[in-house]
Amino acid sequence: MAEMTYLSAISDGLREEMRHDESVFCMGEDIGAFGGAFKVTDGFIEEFGADRVWDTPLAENAIIGTAVGAAVEGLRPVCEMQFADFISCGFDQLVNVAAKMHYRQGLAVPMVVRLPSGGGFSGGPYHSQNPEAWFLQAPGLKVVAPSTADDAKGLLASAIRDPNPVVYLEHKHLYRRVKGEVPEGRYEVPLGRVRVAREGTDLTVISYGAMVGIALEATQDIDGASVEVIDLRSLVPLDTEGILRSVRKTSKVVVLHEATRSCGVGAEVCALIAQEAFEDLDGPVVRVTAPDVPIPFSPPLERAVLPQVDDVKEACRELLAY
Amino acid sequence: MATTTAKPAAIEDGGRRAVLTQEDRRALLRYMLLMRATEERALALYRQGKVPGSYYDGRGQEAISVGSAFVLGPRDRTCILHRDLGAHLIRGVRPGRVLAQMMGRAGGVTGGKDGNMHFGDTELGCVGMVSMLPDMALVTCGLALSFQMRKEPRVAMTWFGEGSTANGQWHEAMNVAGVRKLPAVFILENNQFAYSTPNEREFAVDPVKRAEVYGFPGVKVDGNDVEAVFYAAAEACERARSGGGPTLIECETMRMHGHGAHDDMRYVPKELFDVWAERDPIDRYERKLADDGIDVEQITASAKEEIERETEWALSQPMPEGPEALSGVFATSEPRLGDGNAPWSFWKEAANG
Ligand SMILES: Cc1ncc(C[n+]2csc(CCOP(=O)(O)OP(=O)(O)O)c2C)c(N)n1
Repeated sequence: MAEMTYLSAISDGLREEMRHDESVFCMGEDIGAFGGAFKVTDGFIEEFGADRVWDTPLAENAIIGTAVGAAVEGLRPVCEMQFADFISCGFDQLVNVAAKMHYRQGLAVPMVVRLPSGGGFSGGPYHSQNPEAWFLQAPGLKVVAPSTADDAKGLLASAIRDPNPVVYLEHKHLYRRVKGEVPEGRYEVPLGRVRVAREGTDLTVISYGAMVGIALEATQDIDGASVEVIDLRSLVPLDTEGILRSVRKTSKVVVLHEATRSCGVGAEVCALIAQEAFEDLDGPVVRVTAPDVPIPFSPPLERAVLPQVDDVKEACRELLAY
Repeated sequence: MATTTAKPAAIEDGGRRAVLTQEDRRALLRYMLLMRATEERALALYRQGKVPGSYYDGRGQEAISVGSAFVLGPRDRTCILHRDLGAHLIRGVRPGRVLAQMMGRAGGVTGGKDGNMHFGDTELGCVGMVSMLPDMALVTCGLALSFQMRKEPRVAMTWFGEGSTANGQWHEAMNVAGVRKLPAVFILENNQFAYSTPNEREFAVDPVKRAEVYGFPGVKVDGNDVEAVFYAAAEACERARSGGGPTLIECETMRMHGHGAHDDMRYVPKELFDVWAERDPIDRYERKLADDGIDVEQITASAKEEIERETEWALSQPMPEGPEALSGVFATSEPRLGDGNAPWSFWKEAANG
């Protein structure tokens, strides 16, 4: 085990897969000599060469569409969107070509699209989005969002080895802030299983990505209550059993995410709980999310939009008192 | 930009000469006839209410998909679009499966999951089109990229109408293919109209000229001359296989009917049909082969007979079961693209050493 940042865990996972499997290669804008906008592929071009670390033109549909063709012919492309926001420019290839390929003609598309997502650094409306809910409406895509360094590496390995197109959300705010013990060598964290980030009995906070850290911080001491924190890790497939197990134990639920509210992942989780665990509940299911606005640029405006530790504390207190 | 017309000059391909034997020429005619007969039959089935949804075909454009796909080897790959049934047939799809596909039957290529021309038999090395045009041009780049990365002398070929060349994804594909010198062959079918929009409202620059600005050759051929298309495609494939990069081939033709079966073509001047009817690719080729002493009537009769049999088979196929709709969203195993048919005698000789 070595202590690594979330960012170096992603690099490490990608490098290990490329070393082990010739068919894995990466493509994206400025990922070669520059090492990527966030340096995930720093040093890759020296080790793997320009063919396997393809510095593409600025063309997101080209990145994703070309990856689809390479994937069906037996390669395993890992595409980098420079920022998650730019997936909108490659959306058509992702949702119409990649996602539906297997359903329509039984052809697997083993590829990964890495999305540096999320806000908290004054990126403004075009560099801060959390677009995960877009993909939940496109059957055929798997969607993962790690919150720890070892999950970041293990989930990336699983995503690369999976025979389906996987959208891998890596939160920019975690890149250098989150550190942890990361196993050496190749390992997988299976898709579709929640992680219990902290055990508790009085209330469950369900979250993923950067908000898991906020949930842990906000609930480490709320008037002595025992708060369970669940990290979804994988949004598609969603570990419904893992969610319901915790709900049945604590009977009170706060769903927390950084993405905007309407029709988000939280809405889906709430609906699941309402339908499957209504009788186990001791209070309303509460959502803490960004409001339905673009992410503003100026720090105080951005703070007002992104869920903060105090927002989570307040929601938990109210629900505990219900 | 090179401009090619019918060019029966020999073309070197992997050390062999790209020439058409009499047997090949009979096959070219047969595939064109099969394409037309399949589509005429499908249209009849549509009018009988047996083809749900809408109906699109490529009658009158047979020389393009037949002439170009005929060049391909078994391990080459294709992304075939909506007026290119001939390419599917050459890769080895039975006409009956196409008809079953159109009727949404279980025996169709997508088992009822997708409709009309949105299919590709993966066992035969085809990646089926999606409706968004021309998304498959980029997928073709990806197939070609994998050949290039593995240093395999293989080609990825795709087809699209001139309407597709206005879409940004087309330009992304041409740029990527040019930048990476991908072994891809792009066949542009200029049939004068994109739905109801004529050439002059589609582009200010002839699309074939754009190949040059993206850094590779563009070639214009008579799209109603199956051998002209063949020789242009053979030259392009040879270039691709030997590391010379992509080629764009514009085949000039005319859509001899509405965009789909629902379209009354009110926007097309009638004289245009008259002019192009004179150039029908099948009539022309039949005359040419007959002049060369080939028994054209025998080929026509056998194609007709084949379609009768295939139609019967298609009509005997059951409709899929409802619960099937819920299966197959996610893959549980690796992708597998099989090899296609390669009827050109060149490939048979290659197989025999
Ligand atoms: C991106 C996109 N927009 C609109 C359509 C609807 N559409 C289907 S075919 C067509 C015309 C295509 O023209 P062209 O590329 O010239 O091919 P043709 O049908 O003439 O063979 C249109 C507009 C589509 N399939 N894809």
